[in-house]
Amino acid sequence: MTFDELAAKSREAWDAFEDSGRARILLGAGTCGKAAGADEILPEIKAVLKEHSIEAGIHEVGCIGMCYAEPLIELSRPGGQRVLYGGVSAGNVRKLVEDFFVKKEARADMAVAVTGATAVDGIPRLADLPSMKGQVRVALRNCGIIDPESIEHYIARGGYSGLKRALDMKPEEVIDEVKKSGLRGRGGAGFPTGLKWEFCRKNQADHRYLICNADEGDPGAFMDRSVVESDPHTVVEGMVIAAHAIGADLGYVYVRAEYPLAVDRLVKAIKQSEEAGFLGDRIMGKDFNFHLKIKMGAGAFVCGEETALIASIEGKRGMPNPRPPFPAQSGLFGKPTNINNVETFANVPVILEKGSAWYANYGTEKSRGTKTFALAGKIVRTGLIEVPLGITLREIIYEIGGGIPGGKAYKAVQTGGPSGGCIPAELLDMKVDYDTLAQAGSIMGSGGMVVMDEETCMVDIARYFLDFTRRESCGKCAPCRLGTRQMHLILERMTKGEGRPEDLDLLAEIGEAVRVGSLCGLGQTVPNPVMTTMKHFRGEYEEHVHKKQCRSFACGALVKYYITEERCIGCGACARACPVGAITGQPKKLYVIDQNTCTQCGSCLAACPAVAAAVYRTSGELTRYEPQKKKPAAGKAS
Amino acid sequence: MKLKMKGGNRPERDPVLEAIFVRYKAERSSLIPVLQEIQGALGYLPAPAMKAAAAYLRLPEAVVYGCATFYSQFFLTKQGKHNVKVCQGTACHVRGAGLILEAVKRKTGADAGETTEDGKFSVERVACFGSCALAPVVVVDSKVYGKMTPVRTEEIIGKIP
Repeated sequence: MTFDELAAKSREAWDAFEDSGRARILLGAGTCGKAAGADEILPEIKAVLKEHSIEAGIHEVGCIGMCYAEPLIELSRPGGQRVLYGGVSAGNVRKLVEDFFVKKEARADMAVAVTGATAVDGIPRLADLPSMKGQVRVALRNCGIIDPESIEHYIARGGYSGLKRALDMKPEEVIDEVKKSGLRGRGGAGFPTGLKWEFCRKNQADHRYLICNADEGDPGAFMDRSVVESDPHTVVEGMVIAAHAIGADLGYVYVRAEYPLAVDRLVKAIKQSEEAGFLGDRIMGKDFNFHLKIKMGAGAFVCGEETALIASIEGKRGMPNPRPPFPAQSGLFGKPTNINNVETFANVPVILEKGSAWYANYGTEKSRGTKTFALAGKIVRTGLIEVPLGITLREIIYEIGGGIPGGKAYKAVQTGGPSGGCIPAELLDMKVDYDTLAQAGSIMGSGGMVVMDEETCMVDIARYFLDFTRRESCGKCAPCRLGTRQMHLILERMTKGEGRPEDLDLLAEIGEAVRVGSLCGLGQTVPNPVMTTMKHFRGEYEEHVHKKQCRSFACGALVKYYITEERCIGCGACARACPVGAITGQPKKLYVIDQNTCTQCGSCLAACPAVAAAVYRTSGELTRYEPQKKKPAAGKAS
Repeated sequence: MKLKMKGGNRPERDPVLEAIFVRYKAERSSLIPVLQEIQGALGYLPAPAMKAAAAYLRLPEAVVYGCATFYSQFFLTKQGKHNVKVCQGTACHVRGAGLILEAVKRKTGADAGETTEDGKFSVERVACFGSCALAPVVVVDSKVYGKMTPVRTEEIIGKIP
């Protein structure tokens, strides 16, 4: 089959899928969607459709990025109404499907947005949602829209036409096109992609290798998982284009074992791509062979580092090696090797399809294009977004992310994972691009953004990251192996109220030693979370050391929980919630927390009804009562 | 551990292991996939299996052991009937993952990296599942539970037969 025939066939399949004359149900079935309950919803939907003899196509799609509203389903009625619903569960989906298809009600109460062409009263259009407005989706262009297991859907939306164009160009021309687009490595360091490809191509060898780094290890980042799960073909196509550009004949996708669904979808995509002639020998009839294999990671964060990843594929312990030689000179099995991240590859097909000028339109002068970010932590709309680089942090967190839940105050956003830093409120209007983030002491990283509010303790966060890096340090360089352990011990004693006055200087000194004395990116960036929090939140460190006080009430050892007699209504909710049985009392009278048994878990605080708000906390000189909600006036309560 | 030797210097052939070995070239780069498959079949990496892998791949046993202990995915001891993974990613951490781990410890009696004496539960801490929107997350035998509280965690574990 020629490409044009395949494209025509794919368009037919896509038109049938998108046909507004048919009833259709789309179910968001990425890992998050499944975890939120998508798997339980599906049989319920099928049962309802059967009962009412409704003919509807049911399709699982990937993740549209609105994790906060998961599980999501999209319902389409013949005649055009097409609406996306959120917060669906096995309990409410029956009524929703009946209302939508049988009673023909739009159910604005559960609707997130209108996704079809027909407007529906009382429901905003998807593109008008505040969470979608600022977004430009390039790497995520197909996520949640196509069936990730259908190559036809991918082709119908422009897939593999970038490859077709690339194969009509000389490799050097492809490299030039990517260079002109300004695309930089989306895995974290931001090295210009085209330049990287050129270095690899210039090294003469009988074989060259191409590797896709899908070992997404940064805690708090899930964009690569989402892309591979929701649109695996974009990664495959990006890799074939790159292979043509650098002259590679074998490629590997190194993917985390913690992502079973991603592996599964990738296996299917590779098989489909081989059958369609986009992978294998004589790709699209040209004199170009490229084969793709999957390698499963075995659980080591440091394998995100290029040389460690190569060692791991070779069957060794994932320990970094000194550079030079760079992988482009001597990488996998001693051959020139090019490694890019999932998101980098996901951008390549579009750059080739629409041209470098189109891509370079977005972003800033030195950081072109768009970047995906995973919003998590204390933020209203958690999820996956893609925005043009150069947008401000404030726009991301407050406009797209909807701000901080529960009326709490913003404290910091952590970018770049364990190698990144915490950015305080003063810098919220900072532009998000590679260079500005670096100036603030953080890094772009793979794009994880974990938002923290007034209840997050910055000393504890620094301790958390050092706990992570000390576990993940491969042990090769003594400064990293020993330094991370010492830094963690110091931070741990601070959070326990045993900090010493000299600890602050000591932390900075060890951090600097680890930075200069380590071979790879892991060790060199270890101090970032500590340095940025010490710089912007020094007061918190000093309070922990000098006053044995945690203003965020997050460090258990420095916090005590009490129940105030004036407010306690004797409902006993706290005693039932306490996992260690530390609360005793009599119903309708007073409950008391036994300080010797209490583990400061906060379950009582969460359980105490807001009308009472009788649980309060102390830390050092501070006391915090929760705001008391007024009882609803009698008769009005529903 | 004492191994039964047969004829030459090779440990007794185990049909389960042999079925895995035939699918891989006897070279270093096969080591991690081979160990992953052994663990998939046996649940962990018993010493005789690692020795057999070393013999098949013509690698020193120390190399195999070195690799098996480097990667956090490999277990050298028998795992419990149920596997409880508690996510300790950043998003989970700021939403109270530490308290969830405490709750798992209380309920099962096993700390992260341990297996209960009755062999019912193995508890693991995991850096991140990438389901950050559902933080804090607990995974019991590959079923993901999101938005956990200490109380719900104890309930879920208590319901496992």
